Amino acid sequence: MAITREEVLHVARLARLELTDEEVARFQEQLAAILEAVSKVSELDLTGVPPTAHPLEIANAWREDEPRPCLSLDEAFANAPDRDGDFFRSPPA
Amino acid sequence: MSIDTLRLTAEQAKGMLDRGEVSGAELFAAYRAAIEERNGELNAYLTVTDDPGGDGIPIAIKDVISTKGVRTTAGSKILENYVPVFDSTVAARCKAHGLRLLGKTNTDEFAMGSSTENSAYGPSRNPWDPSRVPGGSGGGSAAAVASGMAPWALGSDTGGSIKQPAALCGNVGLRPTYGTVSRYGVVAFASSLDQVGPVAKTVRDCAFLYSVISGRDENDSTTVDVPPVVLPDGDDLKGLRIGVPRQLNDVEGIEPGVRDAVAAAIAQAESLGASVDTCELPLSVDYGLACYYLIAPAEASANLARYDGVRYGLRSEGKTFNEMVMATRHDGFGDEVKRRIMVGTYALSSGYYDAYYATAQKVRTVIKREHEALFERFDLLVSATSPTVAFPIGEKAADPLAMYLSDVLTIPSNMAGLPGLNIPCGLSDGLPVGLQLVGPQFGENTIFRAAHALEQAIGFDYVPARLR
Repeated sequence: MAITREEVLHVARLARLELTDEEVARFQEQLAAILEAVSKVSELDLTGVPPTAHPLEIANAWREDEPRPCLSLDEAFANAPDRDGDFFRSPPA
Repeated sequence: MSIDTLRLTAEQAKGMLDRGEVSGAELFAAYRAAIEERNGELNAYLTVTDDPGGDGIPIAIKDVISTKGVRTTAGSKILENYVPVFDSTVAARCKAHGLRLLGKTNTDEFAMGSSTENSAYGPSRNPWDPSRVPGGSGGGSAAAVASGMAPWALGSDTGGSIKQPAALCGNVGLRPTYGTVSRYGVVAFASSLDQVGPVAKTVRDCAFLYSVISGRDENDSTTVDVPPVVLPDGDDLKGLRIGVPRQLNDVEGIEPGVRDAVAAAIAQAESLGASVDTCELPLSVDYGLACYYLIAPAEASANLARYDGVRYGLRSEGKTFNEMVMATRHDGFGDEVKRRIMVGTYALSSGYYDAYYATAQKVRTVIKREHEALFERFDLLVSATSPTVAFPIGEKAADPLAMYLSDVLTIPSNMAGLPGLNIPCGLSDGLPVGLQLVGPQFGENTIFRAAHALEQAIGFDYVPARLR
């Protein structure tokens, strides 16, 4: 199964992943091999088979909607690369 | 009193503490001494912690599990300096039980791998032969337990990351039924598959540690109430119906030494009173890997979107927000993680979603049903855990698909959400062979009973020969 260089770059953009030229070339080859292998799932006749998203059949796990203690601002910011008062700071969008 | 950490089980350690033969501090110091002696060679621990005090049993915790105030890297450069401000539920439960943290163990980056070679902090090594891998992703926990650097440990298992390293290092590892152990505070890989579980030297230790960490948690809405854990003590298997799935036991690439040791263990189960019959699991084995390597990367690509250089973790330079995010993820993620993000993003992308992800979810139903049908006739399914013994470091590192095959026997039951446990059942070329026991959902007690009886009958010496 062939994957084009453009497809690799498109997927990398969707995944917000910068890739070097060397990585693009390598992933192009490896993704082709992996996608070829996993395409095996399309061999089965799956007419009428429902999807499984989750191994247990749990629906609506409720709890009381009551306020509880949460992290302080300083705790929430403790691992932040950059902080400006009560905000995370990032380069401009 | 001298403490032989290579042999000492957690249960024996508890006995020594209860009888006052050893203090908590002495016990902790004995493991610290073992870490100082062996971790340089084995690289099982990424972080070693100081004795928090108390009289409980020490424990090691895989570095994808958040520990308040103790660095948690997930084996990734992107979390190199990440220090959680809260405990995962499992770490909190260990603490509440008095268990004392020895340190955080090595893992393939974000638990993606079968050898720990994908760790940003170098591979761990197998205590039975340091030129070989300890398995993965939980190779650090398995190597620590096998080399007497911890009496027991926590791991996490998505496609086999507890069971397969336990097989390669000769310890007992349980991947519990999905939903029995909280994932709160566990670095997410594939949320519909991730499950935390115990790694130990004996089945009883494994069962006990499972009783400590399992149970419903209001911080994880996928958890459920768990039947009380029964510590196994019987030595027969009367009345137990064991199925031997032909496709697992004859899987392509299974080593003769592995097949022989597993066949001997199955014969032993029969002599202990179990009824044993061959059965079929054709679609699960044939399609399991393909199904897993679509669903797990798809979920991973969504889970790992959170590493954006804003709230925590690494940040690289970039003139705009987007450039910063893309540079951060380029610099912070290793090769295998990037590969899985790419595969997952592709499988979820417009135009390919139905052909890949949606189809894989239907195949997952097929796998689940195939297992459910077998559990109408059997109490347990047994096979090898890994088709091979520990392989040399570097052997599969350049070939992702060859590495993926390491989990061909653990993945099918994982896709079905079933519990599975590895016990060592013998040696092949001087390296441990693992036996996998899979039960129906919430069948942990049946697994413990059978594994304990087999463990007694097999009499495997879990201390690596070169360390005896």
